[in-house]
Amino acid sequence: MSGVRVLVGTKKGAFILTSDGKRGRWDVSGPHFGGWEIYHVKGSPADPNRIYASQTSGWFGQVIERSSDGGKTWETPGGGVTAAPGGMPAGESNKFVYEGEPGTHMHFDGTSKPWKFTRVWHLEPSLTDPDTVYAGIEDAAIFRTADGGKSWQELPGLRKQPSGPKWQPGAGGMCLHTILLDEKNPGRIYVAISAAGAFRTDDAGKSWRPVTKGLKSEFLPDPTAEVGHCVHRIAMHRSRPNVLYMQKHWDVMRTDDAGESWHEVSGNLPTDFGFVIDVHAHEPETIYVIPITSDSLHYVMDGKLRVYRSRTGGNEWEALTKGLPQENCYVNVLREAMAVDSLDPCGVYFGTSGGQVYASADAGNNWAPIVRDLPAVLSVEVQTLP
Amino acid sequence: MIRVELPYHLRTLAHVGREVELEVAGTATQRAVLDALEARYPMLAGTLRDHVTKERRAFVRFFACGQDFSNESKDAPLPQAVARGEEPFLVVGAIAGG
Repeated sequence: MSGVRVLVGTKKGAFILTSDGKRGRWDVSGPHFGGWEIYHVKGSPADPNRIYASQTSGWFGQVIERSSDGGKTWETPGGGVTAAPGGMPAGESNKFVYEGEPGTHMHFDGTSKPWKFTRVWHLEPSLTDPDTVYAGIEDAAIFRTADGGKSWQELPGLRKQPSGPKWQPGAGGMCLHTILLDEKNPGRIYVAISAAGAFRTDDAGKSWRPVTKGLKSEFLPDPTAEVGHCVHRIAMHRSRPNVLYMQKHWDVMRTDDAGESWHEVSGNLPTDFGFVIDVHAHEPETIYVIPITSDSLHYVMDGKLRVYRSRTGGNEWEALTKGLPQENCYVNVLREAMAVDSLDPCGVYFGTSGGQVYASADAGNNWAPIVRDLPAVLSVEVQTLP
Repeated sequence: MIRVELPYHLRTLAHVGREVELEVAGTATQRAVLDALEARYPMLAGTLRDHVTKERRAFVRFFACGQDFSNESKDAPLPQAVARGEEPFLVVGAIAGG
């Protein structure tokens, strides 16, 4: 029988939630890497037992962890204890060094600041090779490993395209947090950076360009500038990769031409500020967001936790509330913290700053918490198991 | 033989106990001890000091024999008691954050 594995990254460790296809009873394992911030955990589409985790700490920096048995055991790739000094190369699985002279980007105060690695926000395993993974880092850049995480190399064309020196951080840092791989066009990758915008490559990462036409950010001196937009998340349905949905700082946006032009689909949402956005596994026009009050009030509106679903690709939204708290709830849902499974009916999952992970086994009509009291949730990913 | 005491999170990362023992060739300096530590436990590379510049991470401190060596020269000899294994070289996570 098929099953589901939910990979949860939190402020104090990772948790793995597993269930059969009914998604009614759950086993919880963790904390894995207790006490560390786990920004992202994601499994390989090519091998579900291969899972990568980004483990980070203000004290000890970045660690990359890898599992080859579905999260039962973990290792730092290439980082095993050596028999004797000099027995093998020093660990490089957490070595993210910019290609060439790092150069500078803009800081909050308008001065130039050298690029500096802080942490890995996002790990995107290849669709076809378990050993190939893309990493989105802070300060914003994209790296790639082809040896299962033992070593990482930058794809420098992104950071070195002409707008790079103008990029500025958002409140969470200048992070590359979204990487979307196009199954139908292997050379095409989309990334999103706060607060630079969205970018696309069509040659597997050699060259990149902004794809921000149609975005409007009132806080910018030029609201329609090519870069400077605080893109919070982009989602794609794998069957229709030219259609993308975006939750921007403010505004929910859509493109039907691979980012060449965007238009707003916020429609009747109570607020169009938010972080997450995702697409139903079987209905490319069904999308989900969780509106957050405002950029000053990072919690849900009116004390009610509501997922909004559009079955029309945006503009017309319905509130989904069954099983979700509708009073005295003031949690946030961060950009990496929503995912869907590919069972039928489609399962939808999200995690909150209050440590709850909610699941719906019927495309959002009904919700129930899988767990209520984890540390603040940073990311949620789902694997649908055979 | 040099004794190095690690903070909790690095012990769990390296799968070791509170203290590890290292053979350090030549003079026991901060740099030599950390080089030997990273060579023996590659997963610790980058967690104590920058991969490239070898600068100490801001919230990591080094102590031995009741003294703070965090800002001392990386190439200065450590106390003889450390070199002889009588006292451990302490790696400490700074008291900060929540």
